Amino acid sequence: MKRRFFRWEWLLLILIIGISIVNGRLSTHFWSYTGLMDALAVFLEKGFMVLTMVLVLVIGDIDISVASITALSSVLMAMAYRGGLPMALAVPLALAVGVGCGYFNGTLIAKIPGLSAIIVTLAGSSLYRGIAYILLGDQAVGGFPSWYSYLAWGYIKGTHIPFIIVAFLVCALFYGLLLHRTTFGRRLYAIGNNLVAARFSGVPVARIKQIVFTLNGLMAGVAAVFLTSKLGSSRPNIALGYELEVIAITVLGGVSPSGGKGGIVGACLALLLMRLLRYGMGLKNIPGQVMMVLIGIILIGVVMVPQLVSTRKGKPLVRES
Amino acid sequence: MVSRSSSPTVVLRLRGFRELGIIIFIVLISLVIGARNPRFLTWGNLHDMLLDTAILSILAVGMMLVLVTGGIDLSAESGLALTGMVAGMVIKAHPHLSPLFMLFLGLGLGSLLGALTGVIVAWGRVLPIIATLSMMYVYRGITFIISGGKWINAYEMPDSFKEMATGRLLGFSNLITIALLVYLVFYYFIYHTRTGREIYAVGSNLEAARIIGIDTTFITWLVYTLSGALYGLSGVMWVARYASAQNDTATGFVMTIVAACVLGGVSITGGVGSLFGVLLGSVTIGIINNALPMVRISPFWKMALQGIIILVAVMVNILITQSVERAQRRRRNEEI
Repeated sequence: MKRRFFRWEWLLLILIIGISIVNGRLSTHFWSYTGLMDALAVFLEKGFMVLTMVLVLVIGDIDISVASITALSSVLMAMAYRGGLPMALAVPLALAVGVGCGYFNGTLIAKIPGLSAIIVTLAGSSLYRGIAYILLGDQAVGGFPSWYSYLAWGYIKGTHIPFIIVAFLVCALFYGLLLHRTTFGRRLYAIGNNLVAARFSGVPVARIKQIVFTLNGLMAGVAAVFLTSKLGSSRPNIALGYELEVIAITVLGGVSPSGGKGGIVGACLALLLMRLLRYGMGLKNIPGQVMMVLIGIILIGVVMVPQLVSTRKGKPLVRES
Repeated sequence: MVSRSSSPTVVLRLRGFRELGIIIFIVLISLVIGARNPRFLTWGNLHDMLLDTAILSILAVGMMLVLVTGGIDLSAESGLALTGMVAGMVIKAHPHLSPLFMLFLGLGLGSLLGALTGVIVAWGRVLPIIATLSMMYVYRGITFIISGGKWINAYEMPDSFKEMATGRLLGFSNLITIALLVYLVFYYFIYHTRTGREIYAVGSNLEAARIIGIDTTFITWLVYTLSGALYGLSGVMWVARYASAQNDTATGFVMTIVAACVLGGVSITGGVGSLFGVLLGSVTIGIINNALPMVRISPFWKMALQGIIILVAVMVNILITQSVERAQRRRRNEEI
């Protein structure tokens, strides 16, 4: 299993190199240091959501509500700022909203047996964005202080490294260590591979699920802070459809949606791959709708092909609802 | 012998109790809304409400079948938009086509879309949530691509097509008649055919179903295809009803469909769900959606409310299932 997972990451790397070569041919600007840095920075708010989506998929669950949590965090932050709260306090508020929504998801999923992550987060995706709509209707709130736009657009002083890349790498390192170097991380794999066995071995499954969904909410809040900074304003329909792309990137990174497989490195490579793919398609002027179709097909393909191969080999299939 | 026959009655009584509960809820909420706005209880408004519910109730049947097998079909809303857009483009180009033909076109095209999703889930072994989430965006993207981002407007549709929604039979809109026909056909299919019963067997216990010789892969494929046929049909009805085919038709509507199902007692873990319950669930959602503007609640509440309805309904379902199981266990213990 370890070897297969190893190979998957090499495959991603080869694809990344291939697409980079194509991109380089399409645009002479592509291989410049500044161009590359800027290109990577554009996309990274989704990266924050990918990091914890890895944890969610590793335990064999799914979270469809992330994009809605991002929208609600962003709207509440913007409204608090409009209502007179200093931006320096509104940003932590966005994170707190994310944590709150994630905790709510996690508590329902963990504490009520029979309530699956699919239905809770499906309802959540309607509920959280719905609250954002109740609060803001079809308006937009903007006019944030100038330092706030630094988060998404600024560079580290004296260099051409965007701040958001540094922030992302710090988070990636944190979740990488958490998942691959701690007991907590090992327990996530135990739950994903065999929930019942994990429970009988004394893994506090309910508690861990709660923590994982709360962390996912937190990162949706972090994404909200960066996304709002990038857009310069907030409205209830921001981050619409992000959940598909975040899940697609995570699965493309070798994290199986049935749990127990994959890691942070693969997900980060998949994030890079998806960004480069989008960059190339942007150069070719391919509209966003085609991209949506393509991402859907990629997601299905990535899940289907290894599944079919393993069925061929006669391995038993585990199907969970 | 006595105990054998008594435990199913407990189940039946509780399930019946649940449906009675929804009916009481419907009556109560209608009275409350009627008291706040008398226009709610007029025949014209009730008919409009049923008209809106007609499409939802058809979609809910397809979703129910998928949920009964333990899956979910998130692609229903964009499959509906895609068939609606194709229907709109076809009727714009060939205005002489009969509405009946258009309905069959929708059924056919929807079945194709559903069959494709079904192949991915049944033979591709992709988790339903992943497969249908992807197809939701794929079908939506294709809708944009074929329409070039443009709408099909009312003036581009012939009157004969729009009469599908405005025309009446015995005082009821044609759409309501179509919905009733769908329920009759599916009543026969679900409760009186072998294949219909096999769907429940697959959802209750996949392994057991396979062992007793049910082609579980085929059944899994079938429910997505049927769901497709029904959202295809609904797509044509939707375009006729609102006299426009848009790229963002029915965005987010899948939540409404799932809400109608779980409200009607369909279990999302599979195996449980009745046609009557789903009909009641759809009517309840129809009433709530219709009533919101009447009691002056902003339509922005709709989305959040649906989330809450889904959560509460699912929790109530779980409570009922648990108490049924507890009652059965008690009976069994008494036997011993």
